Amino acid sequence: MEYVRAFLAGGLLCAIVQLIIDRGKWTPAGVAGSLVVFGVLLGFGGVYDPFVAWAGAGATMPLCGFGYWLAKGAMAEPRPEGFVETGAAVFRFAGALFAFIVAGSFAAALTCKPKG
Amino acid sequence: MGLKSDYVREVKAFQPSPPYAANAVKAFFVGGMFCALAQWLADWYGGTFAASPLEAHLWASMVMAGLAIVLTAVGKYDDFSQFAGAGATMLITGLANAIASAAIEHRSEGWTAGVAGQMLKAGGAAVIYGLIAAYVLGLVWP
Repeated sequence: MEYVRAFLAGGLLCAIVQLIIDRGKWTPAGVAGSLVVFGVLLGFGGVYDPFVAWAGAGATMPLCGFGYWLAKGAMAEPRPEGFVETGAAVFRFAGALFAFIVAGSFAAALTCKPKG
Repeated sequence: MGLKSDYVREVKAFQPSPPYAANAVKAFFVGGMFCALAQWLADWYGGTFAASPLEAHLWASMVMAGLAIVLTAVGKYDDFSQFAGAGATMLITGLANAIASAAIEHRSEGWTAGVAGQMLKAGGAAVIYGLIAAYVLGLVWP
């Protein structure tokens, strides 16, 4: 059942974003950035936690999930305060993903030549 | 009314409108499949290593991102993106694809200015604005 929920939530999000790209004048990079900021806002607003509990990967896999990880780190208990703690806390969950992607991309650039 | 906006309006009638419904359905199915696969990975990880749901989902996202990087390296992810549109580009896997493809594409310009400098060319908007939003909100949120 949770697979169905993840499928529906993730699929619906992607379909809506596809419509926004097709209809509007936004570039894909702009839509991606807005989606992450949207996820940050919902994460801070406390809306995204129940959504993740309901949809699982259907909520964490779309790009707003990356925003949720950023917000989740900044909202973790005990609540980080000040420039130092907040700056470190933002990367607590999102940093895992970001470091992995950057290092993996570098490894890909080391081993592969451009295709096509 | 500038020349450019006149042109945009005049040429509108001759542009084919994109197949909204077909694109949305494709994005729905491919995006949904990716999410269901990630859910399966998260369940497996959570069950095997007794991890918290949060950690399991983070791990599943990382595995999917790694998969996307490998597919990008062999030049197959673009086929997905062509077919599925937002279903492939607006997921974490799409971010991984954007960063990996930029890194691979610019390796001919060297390792500092090319790979490291251009890596975030396409994926930068998502990472940078998300980071700014989270940092500023984290500082001011009550």
